[in-house]
Amino acid sequence: MIGERPKGIRSHLPVAYPALMLGIFFIIPFGIMVAISFFHRQPGGFYIPGFEFTNYKNLYTALFGRTLSFSLFVAGLSAAVCVSLAFPFTYFITRMRRRTQVIWLVFLMSVLSLSEVIIGFAWSLLLSRTAGISNLMVWLGLMEQPKAWYPGFAALLFGICYLAFPYTVLVLYPPLSRLDPALPEASQTLGASPLRTFFGVIVGSMRNAIVAAFVMVFVFTLGVYLLPQILGRPQHWTLSVLITDQAIYQTNMPMAASMAIFFMFVSLLLVALTMVIGKGKKIKTQ
Amino acid sequence: MNKTLRIIFLSLILFLLCGPLIVVSGVSLNAKKRLFFPPEGISLRWYEELLTESSWLIPVQNSLTIAFTSSFIALSIALPLAYFLWRYRVFYARALFTLGISPFILPPVITALGFLSFWVTIGFYGKMFATMISHAIFFVTLPLVTISLGFESIDHEIVEAAETMGADSRTVFKTVVFPLIRPYMISGFAFAFVLSLNEYIVAYMVSGFTVETLPIKIFNSLRYGYTPVMASVAVVFVLLAVIIFGLIGRFGDLPKLLGAMNPENK
Repeated sequence: MIGERPKGIRSHLPVAYPALMLGIFFIIPFGIMVAISFFHRQPGGFYIPGFEFTNYKNLYTALFGRTLSFSLFVAGLSAAVCVSLAFPFTYFITRMRRRTQVIWLVFLMSVLSLSEVIIGFAWSLLLSRTAGISNLMVWLGLMEQPKAWYPGFAALLFGICYLAFPYTVLVLYPPLSRLDPALPEASQTLGASPLRTFFGVIVGSMRNAIVAAFVMVFVFTLGVYLLPQILGRPQHWTLSVLITDQAIYQTNMPMAASMAIFFMFVSLLLVALTMVIGKGKKIKTQ
Repeated sequence: MNKTLRIIFLSLILFLLCGPLIVVSGVSLNAKKRLFFPPEGISLRWYEELLTESSWLIPVQNSLTIAFTSSFIALSIALPLAYFLWRYRVFYARALFTLGISPFILPPVITALGFLSFWVTIGFYGKMFATMISHAIFFVTLPLVTISLGFESIDHEIVEAAETMGADSRTVFKTVVFPLIRPYMISGFAFAFVLSLNEYIVAYMVSGFTVETLPIKIFNSLRYGYTPVMASVAVVFVLLAVIIFGLIGRFGDLPKLLGAMNPENK
């Protein structure tokens, strides 16, 4: 019965409800957003139906360009940090006993599920003058006076990496847990040092997985919205903040919509890149 | 790699991941109103305030209602879809599945703005059920992926055996398929529930000014004056997540859910 073709219209029935729900509440909202991006904005926050490219032309500003390039830069940097930390970490996890693995995974899932607002709050406390690491440093005699280490770029980077690290581990977990244990063993039998085995054999054979993970994490961190507002200064605000600001506070929906669509194309381009890399991997192993 | 090096590295990561959580739980136990760490005197008053002050209680109720309803709706969408994609081979299967996982892949602000334009257009902006449905669609990916994984792990021979013994497809589903995928349904529901509790931007865009959820409430308090209640909320969230994922880890197959091929190897 599995994998057969549906017979008659009745057997399509179970799919009707999910298809309707996704159609009405996902495709239609998307369509409306695309339409609004071509609408004409009137002063005072209203918009009237129309078809013009004004909103897209208005994207060509210094602010949008700067915000987009900052968003891409901070996402790229944090993705690089996360992948380089998470790769050895995930490798160690996958070589642990199953029970220990499950404990680590439960812990990581719990951190991953935390809201950006909670992570932002926790880091703002940790970097604050009254309840933070600097108090610990003073107590240890390493610093003269407690200091506030946020808002700033470093604080933002820490926050984003904290947010994205568990995600990176979960992205790297499937390929690494499928890595044949015979591979590093063979390398060591042939006389390679553990360090050389790690960089030469494990990193080498996982090159595609690493690149794919980088792109996934990159897209994930592109979405940060609250952390730049909590841990960063206004010049550290990302595209998500700018889009929300346009939509809610400037009540300029057509502008926000055109920004979101532009943003979506950038993200889709990156996802497509991941898929191309994934395909390249398959060809290689054949 | 060198064993000591490995232990140092793992402890460092553990420390970095735990650090913020430790500070937050310390602050939440502080007896004074100042956000101070280490706590000056231990008290549970901020937890009490969370459960008695209506300014916190209402967001708690909103968040729980939205998380429960929306993950239920997400499950109701994902189950028939995953069943259909497993049972039949149709040309549009791939498209439907991609549609189901796309809300999760794009940066959330894009989906959130789509929801905002939709609810404003049809006139339900600011209503709680708008947030519920938006969250259901936004998180449908999670039950869809876990349940599909459950269907894939069903041995075809069991289903064939049931059919040979004369069970019709309804009986097969009720007595064979459903019990096998139930743990995957529960995990999918739990994932969606926890993430909906923590979700900010969709809830904010759809009805942030009228329906205050906990993350929105925390962010508002962050902007307009700190209170240690925020820390106690954060602790409750962490504990809730640990309990829920701990239960999945205990009774479900977490390594398999997260995509390890042969977890029984080690």
